[in-house]
Amino acid sequence: MAFNYDNYLRLEKMPTLWCWGCGDGVILKAFIRAINKMGVDQNDVCVVSGIGCSGRFSSYVDFNTIHTTHGRTVAYATGVKLARPDKLVVCVAGDGDALAIGGNHTIHGCRRNIDITMIIINNFIYGLTNSQTSPTTPQGMWTVSQKAGNIDPTFDTCELAIASGASFVARETMLDPKKLEKVLIKAMEHKGFSMMEVLSNCHINLGRKNKMASAMENLEWIDKITISKKKYDALSEEEQLNLFPTGVLKEDTEAREYCDMYKDIQDAHQGKRGKITQDDFKKKI
Amino acid sequence: MNSKVMDIKKIEVWDGNMAASQAFRQADVDVVAAYPITPSTPVVENYATFEANGYIDGEFVMVESEHAAMSACVGAAAAGGRVATATSSQGFALMVEVLYQAAGMRLPIVLAQVNRALAAPLNVNGDHSDMYLGRDSGWINVSTFSPQEVYDLTLCAFKIGEHLDVRLPVNINQDGFMSSHTAQNVRTLDDKTACDFIGPYQAVNAMLDFSKPVTHGVQTEEDWHFEHKAKQHDAMMRSRKVIDEVFAEFKALTGREYKAVESYGMEDAEVAIVAFGTTYETAKIVVDNLKKEGIKAGIISPRIFRPFPLEDIAAQLQHVKAIACMDRSAPGGSVGALYNEIAGALFNSPARPVLSNIIYGLGGRDMTVSTLTEIYKDLVKEAASGKLNGTIQRFVGVRGPELTYYNA
Repeated sequence: MAFNYDNYLRLEKMPTLWCWGCGDGVILKAFIRAINKMGVDQNDVCVVSGIGCSGRFSSYVDFNTIHTTHGRTVAYATGVKLARPDKLVVCVAGDGDALAIGGNHTIHGCRRNIDITMIIINNFIYGLTNSQTSPTTPQGMWTVSQKAGNIDPTFDTCELAIASGASFVARETMLDPKKLEKVLIKAMEHKGFSMMEVLSNCHINLGRKNKMASAMENLEWIDKITISKKKYDALSEEEQLNLFPTGVLKEDTEAREYCDMYKDIQDAHQGKRGKITQDDFKKKI
Repeated sequence: MNSKVMDIKKIEVWDGNMAASQAFRQADVDVVAAYPITPSTPVVENYATFEANGYIDGEFVMVESEHAAMSACVGAAAAGGRVATATSSQGFALMVEVLYQAAGMRLPIVLAQVNRALAAPLNVNGDHSDMYLGRDSGWINVSTFSPQEVYDLTLCAFKIGEHLDVRLPVNINQDGFMSSHTAQNVRTLDDKTACDFIGPYQAVNAMLDFSKPVTHGVQTEEDWHFEHKAKQHDAMMRSRKVIDEVFAEFKALTGREYKAVESYGMEDAEVAIVAFGTTYETAKIVVDNLKKEGIKAGIISPRIFRPFPLEDIAAQLQHVKAIACMDRSAPGGSVGALYNEIAGALFNSPARPVLSNIIYGLGGRDMTVSTLTEIYKDLVKEAASGKLNGTIQRFVGVRGPELTYYNA
C-alpha cells in the first residue's frame, strides 16, 4: 500500500506554493518517510526553517515547527536543542539561507557539534526572490543580480561543513528519493551535528536563463554533476573538479556532542566532577 | 553622469521600485551594495539590468545579507563615493546596527525603503513598522505616496543628504506593493537634467585621500560622545532649511511642489486625519466627497518624518476641532508614534482639539474609502461634542472584539 502522508502534513496548508516540478516536495516526502521509519513520535520532532522556498517546510509538516528569520535556523535550533536535548531537532534551509545570510550560524553549529540535523536544499540560486546569485550559483551562470554572468566563487557545502567540525556530512540529490530517505535516517540517527545537503532543481529561477528551462533538463544537469563518493575517489583531481560526490562523506562517531559536553559543566557546578581541564579533550589546541 | 545615456520618455509607466531604480541610475551612484528581499528586490534587480546593459558606470555588488549590504555602503561612502541601496522589513531590521553607524559617521547614503510588516507572524505586505524602527537612527526620513514621488524625492535625497551643511543619510520610504508594485505615469527628467540637479558628489574626509589620513567611527566615551551626538542632531535640525531649498529648486525645475508637511482640504478643515504614505492619496478622495456633503474635512501628512516638522504641523492644526492620528504600526504598549508626535506638537500651542489614535492596516490590511469615511464621521461627532466618542486609542479594521485603550 502506498505510504499515507496525511498524518504528517497540515492538509489545510495544501497545495504547497512550490512551483510545478520543484524538488522541495520530493525532499519533504523523503523526510516524512524517514521520520516514519525511525518510529519517532511527531511530538518529539522540532522542525526549524528559515526564509526562502525551503522555509515553507515548517508550515507544511505537522510537527513542532518554528518559521524563523532569514539565515537563523541553526541559532534558533541551538536554543531548542539545549532546552530539550531529548528531542529530534531538524533545520531545513536553502543555500542562500544557510550559506549566505546564515553562513556564520551554520559553521558555528558544525563547530559545536550540537545534535541537530541540518537539511540544506541546494538549488544553486535564490528562488523565492527570483534568481539572485547565491553562494552556490556556479560561476558564469546568468542571474538577475549578475546578468553579464556570475563571477562570484562558490561554496562547497559539504567541504565547508567538514572543515567546520560537523561530525556527519552527506550529500544526496532529489533524483533518488529512496536513497535520500536512507541517508536522512542515518543523518538524524547520528548523534552530533549532521549536515545533509540535498541538490535540487529550480528550473524556474535557475533553469530558464541557463539552458535548462524544464524540470527534467535541470535534473539531468544535477545528475551530470554528481557521482557516488566511491567512484569520485577513484578519479583524478582534474576529473573531480566539476563533480559533487554523493553519499556519506564523513561520519565521526567519536566526536563529543555539545549537549553531552554541557552536561559536564552542569556536573562540575554540582560538584559531581572536578573542573573541566584540557585533559578532558584529545585535541589540545 | 553615466557615460551611456538612457533614452526615456517624458512620461514613463513605472512602479515605485522602478522609480527608485531610475533615480539611482540618474544619480550616477558609485556603489550599490544590496541583498534581495520582498518587496524591494526589484529596485536593485532593475539596477542590475541597467548595469548589465552598460548604463551604470559605478559598481553593483550583491552581498550575503542586509547587514553586509549596509556595511559595504558605509565602507564605500567613507571611502568617498556616492552610495545607495534598497531594503524592506526584516532586511531593514538587520541593517539597524549599521544605520546608526552611517548616521554617526555622517555619511550621506540613500536608502530606498519599501515599507513592509515586521515578523512574526511572517508577512510580506506593507505597513510602517519598519519605518518606525528606524525613527531614531539619525537618518533623514521621507514619506512618499506614489511612484512619481519616489522618483522625485529619491533625486532630492542625494542633494539633501550630500549638502555640506547636512551630510546625513536619507531614507526614502514607500508603501510595499501599494506603491512599490503599482505602475503609474511618472513624469521624468532626462539623464543630464537629473544629474545636473543633484550635482557632482563632494567627498568629505574621504579615506581614499591618502594625503590626509582619517579615522571614521573612532571610539569616544563620556569625554566627547555627547558633543558628537549633539552635532549630529544639530545637523539634522539644520537640514530642514536645506530640504526646503532643495524642494524649491526642484519645483522651479519641474513644477512639482513638495512641502515638509503635505495637506489637502485643510484651509477650512474642522476635522482632520494625520497619516503616512498611500493612505494620504485615499484620504484625498474621501475629503472631496465629504466637502460635497458639507463636512469640513482635511488630511495632513508629514512628508518628512525626521527632522520632524513640529511647528508646521502645529500651525496647520490650530483651527481643527477633532483629529485622528493614524498609525500603521503595532504600537507595542503605548499610543502610536504619530499620535505622540502630534500631541507633542500641539501641547505648547493654543489649540486643544479632540485627539484620537487609530491603529490600522497592519500587515497590508487595506484602508478603504468607506472606512476612512466612517473615521471622518466619528470625528464630526467628536468635534460637535468637544470630547472623545470613546477611548483615545482604537484598532480599526481588525477582526474579533473591539480593541480600545486609554480613557481620556
